[in-house]
Amino acid sequence: MEYFLTDEQKTMKSLARKIAEERVLPVRAELDEKEEFPWAIIKDLADADMFRVFVPEEYGGLGGGCLELCLVVEELSRACGGVAATYAVNALGSHTLIEYGNEEQKRKYLPDIAAGKKLTAFAISEATAGSDASAIKMTADRVEGGYRLNGTKQFITNGGEAELYTVIALTDRTKGARGASAILVEKGTPGFTFGKKEKKMGIRASATRELVFRDCLVPEENLIGRPGMGFIQAMRLFDCSRPGIGAQAVGIAQGALEAAVDYAQQRVQFGQPIITLPVVQDMLAEMAIQVEAARALVYAAARMVDSGARKITEESAMAKVFASDVAMKVTTDAVQVCGGAGYMKDYPVEKMMRDAKITQIYEGANQVLRSAIAVELRKRKARTE
Amino acid sequence: MKIVVCLKQVPGTTQVKIDPETNTLIRQGIENIINPFDTYAVEEGVRLRERFGGGVTVISMGPPQAEAALREAISLGADEGILLSDPAFAGADTWATSYTLSAALRKLGQYGLVICGRQTLDGDTGQVGPQLAEMMALPFIAYVSRIEEIADGGMRVRRMVEDGYEVMESPLPAVITVVKEINTPRLPSLRGIARSKSVTIPVWGAKEINVEPDKVGLSGSFTRVIRIFSPQRVCQGEIFQGDVENQVDCLLGRLKADGLV
Repeated sequence: MEYFLTDEQKTMKSLARKIAEERVLPVRAELDEKEEFPWAIIKDLADADMFRVFVPEEYGGLGGGCLELCLVVEELSRACGGVAATYAVNALGSHTLIEYGNEEQKRKYLPDIAAGKKLTAFAISEATAGSDASAIKMTADRVEGGYRLNGTKQFITNGGEAELYTVIALTDRTKGARGASAILVEKGTPGFTFGKKEKKMGIRASATRELVFRDCLVPEENLIGRPGMGFIQAMRLFDCSRPGIGAQAVGIAQGALEAAVDYAQQRVQFGQPIITLPVVQDMLAEMAIQVEAARALVYAAARMVDSGARKITEESAMAKVFASDVAMKVTTDAVQVCGGAGYMKDYPVEKMMRDAKITQIYEGANQVLRSAIAVELRKRKARTE
Repeated sequence: MKIVVCLKQVPGTTQVKIDPETNTLIRQGIENIINPFDTYAVEEGVRLRERFGGGVTVISMGPPQAEAALREAISLGADEGILLSDPAFAGADTWATSYTLSAALRKLGQYGLVICGRQTLDGDTGQVGPQLAEMMALPFIAYVSRIEEIADGGMRVRRMVEDGYEVMESPLPAVITVVKEINTPRLPSLRGIARSKSVTIPVWGAKEINVEPDKVGLSGSFTRVIRIFSPQRVCQGEIFQGDVENQVDCLLGRLKADGLV
């Protein structure tokens, strides 16, 4: 399909593919098996300017938007969803700073983020606040010289590996979600430690940890934007980032589709390659249709984000939900096409199936996003009545 | 320190065909790449710049399309490229090539180190590096696998030899050829690619580098390619038939007859 990408976008996509094929693909099974954080690949991505993609030009970036990020994430995911998550989370961890940070904050942190010297993470989820992110309990009490942070964040991607964390905490606990604020916390700040590394089903190259704050004092200047805006900033962030999860899903699905076609071409049963069997052809064709439809929706949503439109909740949720459901279906079918071999770890598709699952869960479970889409439908109906 | 890396654009495959009329490579329809050994030279130049500062200039002699190889080297971190291209340079053997490169180096003037790959994928001679050093009257070290130190106008390097390595010191400027063990070439960067597309690559011909026409190209070459062929295997095996005892007897008899046992 022709997506009318600019030369610059094509360059980003093809370089990301080159990195994925030359540096990620040969080690993905080992990273998955050992749950090893991909530092060598992070270095390759940094050297190739991939962390500059989502940072504005005035801070050492290339000024790309959601679509550019999606192109890179898609290509990395085609080889390994875990490596892609590790990369993409940096855009998540930097977004609030880029959108709402002041000049001083941006000058302090963004050049190192762009250069890939500092990884970032975003922390909102807690044990009792997953899909219901407004239920966070972590506090940031105003004290002399800054904020005192107390609480525990759960399931934080890049936790322990990142140098800079955007943390959503209650600066006014009487106001609930309206009392939440976004605060930058650097690794190594006294009172800020990490829980155990989670053992995951998929995206195992990525690191997921608890962040533990006990009387952690951060300076006042680490507050991003105005106090009380944290929840709104986070919701806006997810509106902008969900196409990225969609891109991850499209990449995983694309990788699975290609692996299934390869296998079907060379696997001989009943005296012929199984790709000549109508039942297999039907499955592969359906997979290809689904992947392309998901890609088209993800790119369209990403372009809408980049247009600066404010009301994008519905479209970005659609892209994430559709693409992640496609990824789950396509990877499951890829395992089916590959049969017994596909079920074995010697072949890549079982990993893709495990990696795909998270895309239906994180950054808003698909059920929650479907209900958000339904809310928009109801609102629109109410407006026309 | 200014570093000069010499590189060559070669066909990206070893399955090339030879034109029977001219005994030269048929280049049509074959993707061209930077000679793989030269990619290590480019990478080492860029790493030295990152360690010691300065700049990396890549130069290549070749047809106009060799400009693409120089642009690729810039996407991999080189600062500037110079293409030596002139119809008069065509048909050069390694001697005429080295002479042309040496003239370009003289025009460049200031440089601390010249790095070449150990040999090319197509010609395979490994002669240009040492000849270039000879013509420039510069110290030369072949098969460098590590640059240990550069200080006080000199360097200490490791060079690969058959059964290990040697540590050598040399004053600078000097010429070295590098082996693939010296580094792992990086991938291009987005900013490098953007720069490689916009940068101007000067083209120097015979006039610009002030060379005598009869010393370059085919007329400056001491060697001519008469014929290119894959050598025939002349050694033939012999299979002894019969049962094991008979086979052993035959084998022993043959070995004794040949005076091998």
